[in-house]
Amino acid sequence: MKKKLFLAAAAMCLAISVPVAGSAADTIKFGVAGAHSGDLASYGLPTVNAAKIVIEKVNANGGINGKMVELLVEDDVCKPEVATNTATKLVSEGVNVVLGHICSGATKAALPIYKNAGVLVMSPSATNPDLTQSGEYPNFARTIAPDDAQAKVDVEFALNTLGYTKIAVVHDKGDYGKGFAEFAKKFLEDSGKAEVVLFEGVTPGAVDYSAIVQKIKQSGAEAVMFGGYHPEASKIIGMMRKKRLKVDFISDDGVKDNTFIKVAGKDSEGAYASGPKDTTKNPLSIQAVEEHKKMFGTDPGAFFENAYSATLAMLNAIDKADSTDLDALKKALQTEKVDTPIGNIYFDEKGDAIGVGFSVYQVKNGEFVEL
Amino acid sequence: MFSLKTLRTGVLISLWFVFLTFPLMVIKVDPLERIIQWRWKNALLVGIGTFLIYLVVQYLNYRKEHQPPAKVEDTKDQVSFIHKFIADPIQRKLLFGGLLVIAAIFPFVVSTYQTNIMITALMYVVLGLGLNIVVGMAGLLDLGFVAFYAVGAYSYALLNHHFGLGFWEVLPIGGGLAAIAGILLGFPVLRLRGDYLAIVTLGFGEIIRLVLENWSEFSKGPSGISNISRPGFLGMELSLEGSILYMYYIMIAFMIFTIFVVNRLQDSRLGRAWIALREDEIACQAMGIDKQKTKLAAFSLGAFWAGLMGVIFAAKTTFINPASFTFLESAIILSIVVLGGMGSIVGVIIGALVLILLPEYLRALSEYRMLAFGAILVAMMIFRPQGMIATVRRTYRFQKK
Amino acid sequence: MDYFIELFCSGLSRGAIYALIALGYTMVYGIIGLINFAHGEIYMIGAFTSFIVATVLSILGFPLLAIVALSGVAAAVWASAYGYTIEKIAYKPLRHAPRLSPLISAIGMSIFLQNYVLLAQTSDFLPFPELIPDFEFMEPIAHIVGSSDIVIFITTAVVMAVLTYVIKFTRIGKAMRATAQDRTMAMLVGINVNNIISATFIIGSALAAIGGLLIASHIGQINFYIGFLAGIKAFTAAVLGGIGSIPGAVLGSFILGLTESFATGYVSSDYEDVFAFSLLVLILLFKPSGLLGKAETQKV
Repeated sequence: MKKKLFLAAAAMCLAISVPVAGSAADTIKFGVAGAHSGDLASYGLPTVNAAKIVIEKVNANGGINGKMVELLVEDDVCKPEVATNTATKLVSEGVNVVLGHICSGATKAALPIYKNAGVLVMSPSATNPDLTQSGEYPNFARTIAPDDAQAKVDVEFALNTLGYTKIAVVHDKGDYGKGFAEFAKKFLEDSGKAEVVLFEGVTPGAVDYSAIVQKIKQSGAEAVMFGGYHPEASKIIGMMRKKRLKVDFISDDGVKDNTFIKVAGKDSEGAYASGPKDTTKNPLSIQAVEEHKKMFGTDPGAFFENAYSATLAMLNAIDKADSTDLDALKKALQTEKVDTPIGNIYFDEKGDAIGVGFSVYQVKNGEFVEL
Repeated sequence: MFSLKTLRTGVLISLWFVFLTFPLMVIKVDPLERIIQWRWKNALLVGIGTFLIYLVVQYLNYRKEHQPPAKVEDTKDQVSFIHKFIADPIQRKLLFGGLLVIAAIFPFVVSTYQTNIMITALMYVVLGLGLNIVVGMAGLLDLGFVAFYAVGAYSYALLNHHFGLGFWEVLPIGGGLAAIAGILLGFPVLRLRGDYLAIVTLGFGEIIRLVLENWSEFSKGPSGISNISRPGFLGMELSLEGSILYMYYIMIAFMIFTIFVVNRLQDSRLGRAWIALREDEIACQAMGIDKQKTKLAAFSLGAFWAGLMGVIFAAKTTFINPASFTFLESAIILSIVVLGGMGSIVGVIIGALVLILLPEYLRALSEYRMLAFGAILVAMMIFRPQGMIATVRRTYRFQKK
Repeated sequence: MDYFIELFCSGLSRGAIYALIALGYTMVYGIIGLINFAHGEIYMIGAFTSFIVATVLSILGFPLLAIVALSGVAAAVWASAYGYTIEKIAYKPLRHAPRLSPLISAIGMSIFLQNYVLLAQTSDFLPFPELIPDFEFMEPIAHIVGSSDIVIFITTAVVMAVLTYVIKFTRIGKAMRATAQDRTMAMLVGINVNNIISATFIIGSALAAIGGLLIASHIGQINFYIGFLAGIKAFTAAVLGGIGSIPGAVLGSFILGLTESFATGYVSSDYEDVFAFSLLVLILLFKPSGLLGKAETQKV
């Protein structure tokens, strides 16, 4: 029994360690990496769906310059150490471009490996400013705005449009939420127009948020600025309404997701969230959502449109450059504009998308309405 | 082979599982669109699947019962094959030599990816051996082992970031700091026993992670520390492949060193004191062993290895954030020790290789990866509750002339 | 002062939530000495089952009261069924195995169940139907204690009372206590130990399911991962009170809930869990077997 098990294991190791031969350069290898299991799976899986939809369509139309696009999907559980394995795996399978990773931390850990192999990486959701601004990751681009840009839009809106002077900043302790919150706090303090009366993190997944809501009430804040994702946002806003606390709720792109309205229901009414400029009228966006419904039978999840756009942008760059060489791709990304669900975009030399402007939305009658 | 009765039980069990999984597998609702999806096909699949699994288990049981009775010669033969094998010095040398050669040429025959995950697996071998000191030898259930790992990783990341200290300089510092953290944890929990100890260590692990997450001024919080230097080879900067290769050999050397030390520890006065402590605390004290010192030594020595691995971890991924040091990580290291066979060095090595390489090779199953991992963990425990390689107890047998 | 009362009430409702889950932990531990790491997942499955049943019923147009009753019963039934099956598959074969083996089996089961729900249902957060309406008479104090808080308190109290009655006075309860005290002896006096252990898992799981239903309705959303943190916290609470002791689990839960609430209110929610775990360490320093746990005197 034991011997057999051992033999089986050995055979398995051998089978896997034999390099995948045959599938040479006649396909474009398109990697998708992100959290596909574990607690953050709901942020990673929509990206896989987006890539599947676009690539199926492209292949049905004869591929790119006669080459079929092959999808390689790898899970990184949003953990840096797994992400390095994921990246080495993709690189040793000869990946040409990668859509991912989902979390900023995992992306930072994986990027040096892709950089070494000259692979272009485009994330639909990693918003840490360092990724583009530090200049250390020349192979990186993203279809989402960095934390500081978002925080700026939100802060200006809260100060100038709504005219608040006392603001509570709350975050979810995650790299995205806390990053956003720290920038928001900095901009608020620098403006001199408002006071940050509370700066705290909540524990994601906690069973109850009433204590923090009471604290917000006690602080006398006129508005809550929340950095984080929609599950926590809907819990907090639900609890605020349950405790009859009627202050405004301003949040970020992680909250500007239809799931937020679905989950929070009528409590979400009147909440503000920043997000890429309105895309619901964009025929490409409508089409993308329809395609998702047709293929998977459900509404798309978080970062779906960013991922869809990133896939389009990368495939377009490969098409225009007619190569998968990093420099050629970067040049194509910077010069060739592409129509995507999030707008007509191209990229600056740092890798941030130009054309993904931010605006503030408010929930009105169960829908995000651009203000 | 299958009587009518077993088949009937099989059908009943299948029906039970169909019932059990009915709401989750069959119904899928969309509360907003108010759509109910009935996925009856899944119920059928569950039923058939359960029945087949049941038949396989029955068949295995049948085989086990109806095998010609194994040659029950001596209880000595209960010792697992591998321990018997290495008991003989010549065979042992041959085996170790062979393994060493395989290990040496391994990175040249496989891809960088394989080498990379092998480094991870080797790191877990050492972590497992470290935890084995605490759990396997001294019998102290530690659910927060990852805290020491985090201490090591952050020592390197921070010292490298602020003071530019290199890998080799921080390696002993990281280990030392982790050992100190081990003693700090050890003091308050000396009085605790069994599961109370487990929860306190779990709490300690969480506290360390939460502090790293929230104290941004110190640890940069959840956004983590990036651009940690990889170890330099005689002052040379290595390419990525080069440094992975270098890392691999460092890990091989480390593993051999650890095995050597742990093996010697096991036979030392301290090691025997640990085992005595595990078996019976009171008797152990009665024999004049200082319980406190022995326990603290176990905690700090275990933590020392975790600290060293933490430094290597930070150098390998070049980026760390608190998300890597969750409770699940502690649970996996503990699984390595228990699954491999508590107290057995060979067992822990095999346990680590299986548990760490398994999820990587299960990637082919994509989304079913973690499902299979959980199921395999349960199955392995059911079929080999004492672990894959049970430890050999020192026994003296009276031989009648 | 108002602020203090508000925080106190938040703490109580948190404590009541933990208590419903902690009871299952402590009962199972008391009887077979196993830390059932899959218990948090049972709670999650209970919440999911009630979500599915409640949504189906509301689509079919049932009245609210019927929905609450039926989804509660369904959650309890299925969670018990899962608890029972898990015990039979993952723990029963390990009854005579080394002490840590069932623990690893439990961790494996927990990973398995999480991913099972993820694959069978979805990774997304789902809106949980509001099963507890806002009561009219609560409106004046709604800013301090909500209707769902009150329902959670009352349910916990009722459950506690029933459980105490069952354990103290019924035949099965006596058998449970006997088994917890000495399994071999219980067997000798004619108690079917296997059935008693199954019964413990069934009762514990049903409690977790009721907890799942209430908490999900209170917080308004569920996904496959909610069991993990709730499970760890409830486990902490159970140990704090003295694992194996039923009043201890409840006391521990309330202390934990209040500590977290006050730590958030007066210090910072960044460190609420740090406070919770530090309190645990502190209490165990002075009372090494928890607040109401029996101090084990070892006979030699």
